[in-house]
Amino acid sequence: MMLQMLQDRFYVNFIKENRWEYILDGLGVTLQVTFFAVIIGILIGFLVAIVRSTYDKTGKLRILNFICKIYLTVVRGTPVVVQLLIIYFVIFGSSDISKVLVAIMAFGLNSGAYVAEIFRSGIMSIDNGQFEAGRSLGFNYVQTMIYIIMPQAFKNVLPALGNEFIVLLKETSVSGYIALQDLTKGGDIIRSRTYDAFMPLIAVALIYLIMVMIFTKLVNMLERRLRNSDH
Amino acid sequence: MTINNEILIKVEDLHKVYHSKLHALDGVSEEIRKGEVVVIVGPSGSGKSTFLRSLNLLEVPTTGHVYFKGIDITSKETDIDLHRRKMGMVFQHFNLFPHKTILENITLAPVKLLKKSKADAEKRAMELLRLVGLEEKANVYPSQLSGGQKQRIAIVRSLAMDPEVMLFDEPTSALDPEMVGEVLELMKKLAQDGMTMAVVTHEMGFAREVATRVIFMDEGKIKEQGVPEDFFGNPKEPRLKEFLSKIL
Repeated sequence: MMLQMLQDRFYVNFIKENRWEYILDGLGVTLQVTFFAVIIGILIGFLVAIVRSTYDKTGKLRILNFICKIYLTVVRGTPVVVQLLIIYFVIFGSSDISKVLVAIMAFGLNSGAYVAEIFRSGIMSIDNGQFEAGRSLGFNYVQTMIYIIMPQAFKNVLPALGNEFIVLLKETSVSGYIALQDLTKGGDIIRSRTYDAFMPLIAVALIYLIMVMIFTKLVNMLERRLRNSDH
Repeated sequence: MTINNEILIKVEDLHKVYHSKLHALDGVSEEIRKGEVVVIVGPSGSGKSTFLRSLNLLEVPTTGHVYFKGIDITSKETDIDLHRRKMGMVFQHFNLFPHKTILENITLAPVKLLKKSKADAEKRAMELLRLVGLEEKANVYPSQLSGGQKQRIAIVRSLAMDPEVMLFDEPTSALDPEMVGEVLELMKKLAQDGMTMAVVTHEMGFAREVATRVIFMDEGKIKEQGVPEDFFGNPKEPRLKEFLSKIL
């Protein structure tokens, strides 16, 4: 009886009228947005962190550092939903731009600020002797950063970085605010069709959970591999 | 051991002022000739490390000039990175790259900067490792080495760039006593092979035995210098007498 009822609800929510496609297409959008936002976030974060730590270490790049600080303050001081809305309705309000692209930009720009501070703390945590050893061999500032400081800093910040991407993946669930049909929105559309909140929303939650667990596992594996050189 | 007249490093009226009051270097002028082993001693805070670190501009002097083979490396137009390749430096805390194996530590700079092939660089690295008796450590990471081994690898890493001068900044100060000997032994071997060296150290035995010249620094100035026999046997400066009486 109970089982029969669950089966019926499952049928109505996912099978009937191919409603599972809302979930699958939404998942595709969520993954797409997260993936490209992560890449943008890393690129921005990397550059901002280089500027900031160069300023901290040498006092150079004063103006760039100032610009970076404004970026960090604004992005970290306002909600990501508001940033998403502003980019969609204010900045691209009059142009016909893909919502996926807007979401990628918004979340990438947002993530970049957090990644920047993660990278910066990683760079600053490396003993200055490493830097001096690199420079004394004849590496210039940038080469020392690339060959000696960054690989060590990256290893140190990997857990924090993994965490940031988990946060980002979950944060994309607000994409519905600009009517982008991501995973969350997909589940919500089913709910509005079937008037059944439980099935679609639990399904959505489970999918996020599984993705986060897989990702956590991957980060842990990478961490263990990188740690091999430490003992 | 041949000291010819070629001046490798020339320092002119070097001043280093921190926070506009602390005078770490107070008008130091000096010349280091090819083949010399110059040992710099002095109490802590005397400016001896600052002086050594000024020679390859890890410490940028407030005023004054440093010439390496006649070229003013303190000049803004000079590409300091090119000259640093020829000036090896060994640090108190080794500063090996912990994320790289010993072999990678040694070959990184020759491959990336001198554009040596990986095979050539590794061949040379293995030769140098054999020289210090650590060839079996080629593929381990620095964390698996003792302090003395780390410092010998750090020396090898510098040697792999074929430097014309080696700067040592208290190379044995962070070592357990039983490991000091192996590092000093290697430095002595380098000196005997004719390497030009500038060494900041507290090892007076090394200064006495290996140095061609000993410099005493105090309060940011060179107060006295001479060949080891005179320096230790017949010091003139009262501060040096006091210093020597405390540590010998």
